[in-house]
Amino acid sequence: PGAEKWLTNTFTQTCAVRPSRHSTFTHSTSATGYNMLTKHEKELIAKIWDKMIPVASDIGAECLLRMMTTFPGTKTYFAHLDIRPGSPHLRSHGKKIVLAIAECSKDISSMMVTLAPLQTLHAYKLRIDPCNFKLLCHCILVTLAAHMGDEFNPVAHAAMDKYLSAFAAVLAEKYR
Amino acid sequence: MVEWTDEERAAISDIFSKLDYDDIGPKSLSRCLIVYPWTQRYFGGFGNLYNAEAIMNNPLIAKHGTTVLHGLDRALKNMDDIKNTYAELSVLHSEKLHVDPDNFKLLSDCLTIVIAGKMGNAFTPEYQASFQKFLSVVVSALGRQYH
Repeated sequence: PGAEKWLTNTFTQTCAVRPSRHSTFTHSTSATGYNMLTKHEKELIAKIWDKMIPVASDIGAECLLRMMTTFPGTKTYFAHLDIRPGSPHLRSHGKKIVLAIAECSKDISSMMVTLAPLQTLHAYKLRIDPCNFKLLCHCILVTLAAHMGDEFNPVAHAAMDKYLSAFAAVLAEKYR
Repeated sequence: MVEWTDEERAAISDIFSKLDYDDIGPKSLSRCLIVYPWTQRYFGGFGNLYNAEAIMNNPLIAKHGTTVLHGLDRALKNMDDIKNTYAELSVLHSEKLHVDPDNFKLLSDCLTIVIAGKMGNAFTPEYQASFQKFLSVVVSALGRQYH
């Protein structure tokens, strides 16, 4: 279990979130509800996202804005939207993302089922290079830290990073 | 040579001027060891790293965290030649410490998140972008002498 955990962590940390060679890997961890997360960590994650639901537009917009400001290449996916700070597009798009992440956090073991439609959307329609998921995940962590201060302690940070990495990996599963 | 706008220089200066090295240094290093446990491989001689609490209370880790953070001062004072500023440290990390250069990014991400936690809304998207640009230049310089 230690080696698997190490490998899964390394796998989800690298940019190459390519499903083909590693799909059995992701499948085994996904199907068993992510051995990476303890019961306590899953509760922690669900609790944090539950608090974000009422402010989903604010949080979501901030995550996206942080990502596009820090990693300008990500703006290329938003050429069709108004992405200026405060724009309604940014808020509505950010809200969708936050709500999807929050919804999934309520039952992490069922992630594969919950995310199936979004997997299809990202693979066949959006085709966002999975490298970018990591960038947004990082900006989500920064946003959470800025809003939660000390409450976003190392244990919460570790749990959240694992959850978001798993989320991103599942999202990329249907790419090829 | 890296181009820095006046806004970027101002943001980076501002962040560092408010930094409590003895607080942020230890917090960043211990966070890195907790969030990315494989990084503990470089700290075999540092005592008890058994769990998150042990790591956060470990005085050797805390001291080293402060040292590492002060290492950034060199870049701050030489923003127009960060590459050469770290040539020696790069050789050290490669030849003597044998640190995988990917780890530098992990620590810099943790530092960013700790500072965000400290500064809250004052750590605006623009501040984050400037700070991360600064850190990515440092990380690149530290990895440069590896072969």
